[in-house]
Amino acid sequence: MAAPLRRLNAGPGRLAARPAVRPSPSTDRRGGWLSVVPIGTLAIFLGPVVLGLIGTAVPAFGVLPALGGTEPTLEPWRTLLDAPGLGRSVALSVGTGVVSTVLALALALAVVIGWHGTRPFRWVQHTLAPLLALPHAALALGLTFLLAASGWGVRLLHGFGDLAGMELFARPPLFAPLQDPYGIALTLGLVLKEAPFLLLMTLAALGQIDVRRNLAAARALGYGPLAAWLKVVVPQLYPQIRLPIYAVLAFAVSVVDVALILGPSTPPPLAVQVLRWFNDPDLSMRFVASAGACLQLCLVIGLIGAWRLGELAVARGCRRLLTNGRRGRTARSIRVPAMGGWALVAGLCALATLAMILKSVAGRWRFPDLLPTAFTLDAWARGLTVLAEPLAVTVVAALAATVVALALTVGCLEYERRAGIKPTTRALWLLYTPLLVPQIAFLFGIQVLLVILRLDGTLFALIWSHLLFVLPYVFLSLADPWRSLDPRYERTARCLGVAPAAVFWRVKLPMLLRPLLFAAAIGVAVSVAQYLPTLFAGAGRYATLTTEAVGQASGADRRTIGVTAVAQMVVPIVAFTLALAIPAILFRHRKGLR
Amino acid sequence: MRSPLRAVALLLAALAIGFSSVLSSPTGQAQADDPTRAAEPITSHDDPRWQAILAEARGQTVFFNGWGGADRINDYVAWAADRAEDLYGIRVEHVRVGDVAEIVSRVLAERTAGRTEGGSVDLAWINGENFAAMKENGLLGPPFVHLLPNFRFVDTEARPTTVIDFGVPTDGLESPWGMAQLVFVHDTAVLPDPPRSIPALLNWARDNPGRFAYPQPPDFHGTTFLKQALITLTADPELLQQPADQVDFDAVTAPLWTYLDQLNPLLWRGGSAFAQSGPQLIGLLDDGEIDLAFNFNPSEASAAIANGQLPDTVRTYVLDGGTIGNTHFVAVPFNANARAGAIVFADFLLSPEAQLRKVDPQIWGDPTVLAMDRLPEAWRVRFEEMPLGVATLPPDALGTPLLEPHPSWMPALEAEWQRRYGA
Repeated sequence: MAAPLRRLNAGPGRLAARPAVRPSPSTDRRGGWLSVVPIGTLAIFLGPVVLGLIGTAVPAFGVLPALGGTEPTLEPWRTLLDAPGLGRSVALSVGTGVVSTVLALALALAVVIGWHGTRPFRWVQHTLAPLLALPHAALALGLTFLLAASGWGVRLLHGFGDLAGMELFARPPLFAPLQDPYGIALTLGLVLKEAPFLLLMTLAALGQIDVRRNLAAARALGYGPLAAWLKVVVPQLYPQIRLPIYAVLAFAVSVVDVALILGPSTPPPLAVQVLRWFNDPDLSMRFVASAGACLQLCLVIGLIGAWRLGELAVARGCRRLLTNGRRGRTARSIRVPAMGGWALVAGLCALATLAMILKSVAGRWRFPDLLPTAFTLDAWARGLTVLAEPLAVTVVAALAATVVALALTVGCLEYERRAGIKPTTRALWLLYTPLLVPQIAFLFGIQVLLVILRLDGTLFALIWSHLLFVLPYVFLSLADPWRSLDPRYERTARCLGVAPAAVFWRVKLPMLLRPLLFAAAIGVAVSVAQYLPTLFAGAGRYATLTTEAVGQASGADRRTIGVTAVAQMVVPIVAFTLALAIPAILFRHRKGLR
Repeated sequence: MRSPLRAVALLLAALAIGFSSVLSSPTGQAQADDPTRAAEPITSHDDPRWQAILAEARGQTVFFNGWGGADRINDYVAWAADRAEDLYGIRVEHVRVGDVAEIVSRVLAERTAGRTEGGSVDLAWINGENFAAMKENGLLGPPFVHLLPNFRFVDTEARPTTVIDFGVPTDGLESPWGMAQLVFVHDTAVLPDPPRSIPALLNWARDNPGRFAYPQPPDFHGTTFLKQALITLTADPELLQQPADQVDFDAVTAPLWTYLDQLNPLLWRGGSAFAQSGPQLIGLLDDGEIDLAFNFNPSEASAAIANGQLPDTVRTYVLDGGTIGNTHFVAVPFNANARAGAIVFADFLLSPEAQLRKVDPQIWGDPTVLAMDRLPEAWRVRFEEMPLGVATLPPDALGTPLLEPHPSWMPALEAEWQRRYGA
């Protein structure tokens, strides 16, 4: 049983992507013009991150000529360290980030271990797409109505009180788990978004391991189901989902939009505080903001490092447990909490969505009414005119970024195939870079760069900034289906005298249309959810449904918030629906492709 | 191109070249005959120089940047944009930001990159702190307000805040757009007899913990509440007209902190969470989470009633001894791309037509900056006949607004609040 352990330390193998490896002369010809694609892709999407980090780091040391900063100094760092509440901001970021990641990971693993291969597990899989499609901001806005002192939760308790003949919460209570100082609401919001993502990644990774035979072998040796999973499968699984976990951790520690809506504000988590400094009317705070952004980066690097050490410690600590030969008993003990947890996640997301839909059509809806007392479509009538432009920008940016990402991904994968390159771990890390580096740490630098290039506030810049985040997700979701397509189809077609290009268009694309469209839907969902990139690259000229929704969160009419949130949810849902419907319609006469 | 590092290096080099070429390009020289930079004031729309500005403006696209958190304001701007297109052939794009400071950031980022013309902001809706920051950093200019024919109607006499923005002279760098005054909002069905002074508010909160909230500074409404309390509580309010660093800040503000130390635990959510904006208070009032709110727009409550956002039993009042008032403005950044168009739009915003529509509580309900006695008779009558809404106080009931403290008090108060309660 030492083999899985070694794998735990050895890093991922097969999920890896990305042909950063230099092609050998003999294979170069076969790659042809495609060989440009991987390098181009790398430049397009790592260039901005590197340059953005430099552009953010330089002002952190006092150099920003426009504000009279020419001499390098450590002053911004001193101001930063003296900033009131910095310690609590950092603690809050670390606490909510780590706790939400651990909870999300535990839930995803528990659901897989407890229910994989059962009928309820298919239900879980069905809930996955809508949960992933739900934009962060819309979900957070919906949650506020569930958690607020005058929200659905309290109203429900009031209703139960009425039934029992008691006066419960005649007025909204003084305390509510929303924007609470400990970040409970924020942690909850993060878990709701992260658990589905980690489950998806776990499912993808399970495809790389022969779970059934591994389990069968372990069971044949007398191990109980839980022990078989924990001792045989999980040690092989974990390295495959390590990078997604790091991405989730980095995201949770540096999230801005969800934290603005659900998180505390006295003080806020570090990333929100840094954004505040960037937006401070006192322009000299820009230096402190840059230092804060660097601190955010260090925080993420440090936490990922600490997580890695934790992995090693767990691996070492569990070595004896893995090899002690105890067979364990059933997996029943985690089944109920796992499914309960998942039902909670799915249920809260559904209720949050429902709350937003009701809000958008509510005429009057005062405490303690469970449902609106009057309905109106006024907010929609108004919203459709006001939101027409943000909606158009959202759709155009999402489609453009997704199409470019698909083209680059397919180019890379084809090149990899034709040049016979084996994807490496290092390449996978490069792919994950934009997801591991906190957005706030490089977007200010990118903004300055865009201004220099005179690209700020252009649709091009907006699409580019979205591409940074769309591309990794599209690549990750497309790489496996692409690589696992049986090469014999291609070979057979070539043997029948079909040119390589024609093979690509007439054989591979139709066969891979389904995963292509699914990757596109994920790309659209990722693009729709972007908040900070839109804010910085759009330079205020391009509002999307997400920036509108976050902007409205602390103001305006709550019906308008409902309309914006619902509109924001609809775009990815349409994308996923199309991704399912198009192959079904196109291939209605082709059973094998349906 | 074999290695990814080399690709990045090449990209860096390309950017560096781009950077240096921008820096070395000649900065835009102001043309001597540019009508938008004339020195002499224009007082009539028939002035040939105004005609020259109109001619230059025709066909331009004006990017008007402002806070975009309220539908009614956005609708009003959309109307004004349509009118400006019909009347003057300029296209106005409303760039809605969540925080006005974002505009300052953007213009600054442009200057960082050496962009002295072709900037992304043509007209910005600002005042107070943001104006002071832009003026101080040379992000505005040259002056343009003297070129607006409609400026002759502005009530510079009875409303000195139209030319002195939080104690800082506007120097023609920003044109007044509307007025604001702090009013308190309550539902007479829930709270018939609200507290009418800052000390009375504390006593009321002791009996009704959790039923009052102020937004978290540096939100505009939150800081305004701090200033209102400070003016009432400090020994010598006159000192607040001086820059905060020229007086004994600790001594002057000590009564405020003593007050807040007692009030904060009695706030909504026990002071552990704060509302993030003024409009949010209106929502909390409607939800019954709080019983007493305030707003900086005297007609906001009426509009919210008309909108179905508040019950019709809601009314407004000002505190005994008066409340703070100020003016909000539009300004043209130094590198505006469509300067002529921005000037024409600023003039339209000052026209009696645009100002009257803005006063209408059905539309926006933002008090005018114009002087009734300077307007032509026909317009004055239309202003006087405008119904203000059930919860809006008539101008005489609003009383004389208290002067805003010098803008340096805002960051000072915000920083001290942040240190004491925000961390």
